[in-house]
Amino acid sequence: MTEQITFAALSVILVGSALAVVLSKNLFHAVLWLALALTGTAGIFLLLDAEFLAAVQLLLYAGGIITIVVFAIVVTERLIGERLTQTNMRMGGAALVSVVFLGFIASVLGKHALPASRPEMPGDLTRVIGEAVLTRYVLPFELLAVLMLAGMLGAIYFARPED
Amino acid sequence: MGLQPYLLLSAVVFSIGLFGVMTRRNTIGILLGIELMMNAVNINLVAFSRYTAVVSGMIFTVFTICITVTEAALGLAIVILLFRVRRTVMADHLDLLKG
Repeated sequence: MTEQITFAALSVILVGSALAVVLSKNLFHAVLWLALALTGTAGIFLLLDAEFLAAVQLLLYAGGIITIVVFAIVVTERLIGERLTQTNMRMGGAALVSVVFLGFIASVLGKHALPASRPEMPGDLTRVIGEAVLTRYVLPFELLAVLMLAGMLGAIYFARPED
Repeated sequence: MGLQPYLLLSAVVFSIGLFGVMTRRNTIGILLGIELMMNAVNINLVAFSRYTAVVSGMIFTVFTICITVTEAALGLAIVILLFRVRRTVMADHLDLLKG
């Protein structure tokens, strides 16, 4: 019973803040709403017994991405003076496409039998994830490290001061 | 509680992100929509992983989160570079390749 109530509350937070992200007129407010949406997702992860992923979500997403986006907005946005409109003229068409897409997914979900209860997980999840990452998935893990290093160097190269 | 509510929630969040990607004019706003969509995908992966007791889904989520962060950092670096060259980040003003 408590699971249903928590899920309902988190869903309201998540959907409400996601709507605010796409509809808010001020881009700065949109980023703050995105922070709430990402925190709500961390709550959903906790509800699914994935404590480690909730922590990663908060650290990388809600911590990292929000900070970078705020910096990018401060650098590129005209915060004083006249404001440009933030949305284009295709609201109706975009809403139609999104609703049709959602209806399609919902109809697929309705057609298939999905598991109704959770099986027992194999022991402590954080430990299991750590062991799998350093044994079976060690190659993708190292490639990920190379990717992040390359991405970081690329971002620094792009944003270097003009000479 | 079954798997279905989680999948439905993630589909709703994904659609909202899609709407944002299609309606925002600002490049950073489009990136925010993409973040929402990625987030919905992560919810899907974790929910399936939990309800089938296969840990691979959660490990994939660790990977997708890291790749998304790299993508966001690079995307915003490109946005800053674009702003330096064109003095605008509105997607409909960036029509340099238009014939």
